[in-house]
Amino acid sequence: MVVHIPTPLRSYTDKQSVVEAGGRTLGEALARIDQDYPGFRFRIIDEQDGIREHIKIFINEKPVRDLSAPTEPGDTIHIICALSGGV
Amino acid sequence: MKTKSVTIPKPAAGVVAVLIGTRKGAFILRGDKARRAWELSKPIFLGHIVHHLVLDPRDGRTLVLAARTGHLGPTVFRSTDFGKTWKEAERPPAFPKAAEGEKGLVLDHVFWLTPGHVSQPGVWYAGSSPQGLFRSEDGGRTWEGVSGFNDHPMRSAWAGGEATPDGPKLHSVNIDPRGPNHIYIGMSGGGVFESVDGGRDWKPLNKGCAADFVPTPDPEYGHDPHCVLLHPLMPDRLYQQNHCGIYRMERPEGQWIRIGRNMPKRVGDIGFPIVLHPRDPDTVWVFPMDGTEVWPRTSPDGKPACYVTRNAGKTWRRLDKGFPRRAWFTVKRQAMASDAHQPVGLYLGTTNGEVWVSRNEGASWTCPARHLPEIYSVEVAEL
Repeated sequence: MVVHIPTPLRSYTDKQSVVEAGGRTLGEALARIDQDYPGFRFRIIDEQDGIREHIKIFINEKPVRDLSAPTEPGDTIHIICALSGGV
Repeated sequence: MKTKSVTIPKPAAGVVAVLIGTRKGAFILRGDKARRAWELSKPIFLGHIVHHLVLDPRDGRTLVLAARTGHLGPTVFRSTDFGKTWKEAERPPAFPKAAEGEKGLVLDHVFWLTPGHVSQPGVWYAGSSPQGLFRSEDGGRTWEGVSGFNDHPMRSAWAGGEATPDGPKLHSVNIDPRGPNHIYIGMSGGGVFESVDGGRDWKPLNKGCAADFVPTPDPEYGHDPHCVLLHPLMPDRLYQQNHCGIYRMERPEGQWIRIGRNMPKRVGDIGFPIVLHPRDPDTVWVFPMDGTEVWPRTSPDGKPACYVTRNAGKTWRRLDKGFPRRAWFTVKRQAMASDAHQPVGLYLGTTNGEVWVSRNEGASWTCPARHLPEIYSVEVAEL
């Protein structure tokens, strides 16, 4: 599957906007990305395995809020830094 | 703790660098040897919320920086070449994962950084929001929770529900220079706490300190220290700027004395920072703010001024030469610091992005840097 990386996280992915990942769940996919790009996961997933408040994740355009969400080869994951006003 | 006789250190004579943490990145303001000319660096981690940037005085080159962004979670960055290059902590501070069905704490931000005892190179402490204490033994590369505090059966009660508007803060980690096992921390809210066994157990240390925002008279904990400092030359003396006044404590008695009662009544003794003189334990500076009604946290009557005591709080003197006649900024708890020169230099950062410098112990002030983002922290590095 391919994972689209937002600009705030591209310092981890050698500036790549898209990376490849495998895994049967969102959690497994993010864990594999973290193996390749250490530190990536904790910036978007907290220590209780929750998706951080202002991060949204979509699998094939469907929003998900749980790392147990299933994934399949060919899926597209979008990680979004949510638009939420700002200071 | 027994007090050893101490040698008063010679004044510093080198270059001062002011380490500035802001709402949108960090900056380093370098002075010349006379502390007259100043040069501001480019932004470091522009756009990151930097709560604290601290030099390790044990090696003079390692910087540790606490950061997060509006979207991304908290982390710590380290530089071993005074900011030329940076690496992220391999294991940043984080609370343990809760057991199935239980709700665990989620670290919002690392708020405070303190290098460990001189006998323990590489040891650092971090205070966080929600209130937790973390320790690194490898110069900030990896961090572990201090279980004696984070898992203390009283931690939740001490932390008072974690309900303060901008997030509760564990701050003011002070290591006794006589030994690494004697540690003080400040919890805002919660109070001042002490460990004499390296962090395995903790006790409240709030006797004599007011907490007029709670219904309980003279509570054991639940206070709101804004900034707590131990004087390195007189480690049995503590000062604190509290939500409810300015205090001094002499150990081992453990009774806070409200030295802010001697401040002018029209100014009061509310504020965030308190700053030590590196060679005179009787001298401290504060920057009072308006703590009336809804707590504007700006200078009383909009007239910025620093106050100094030279006699451990018996009397105070106003120092406002150079500050604007009217201004409405706030100086946060970790945004004021002193250097080790003679005369001592003072440095403060404001919420409207100005850095103010005094090279004469507060007698007069200049503003060598302005138009920065909101300043969260100011620390001094002697190079």
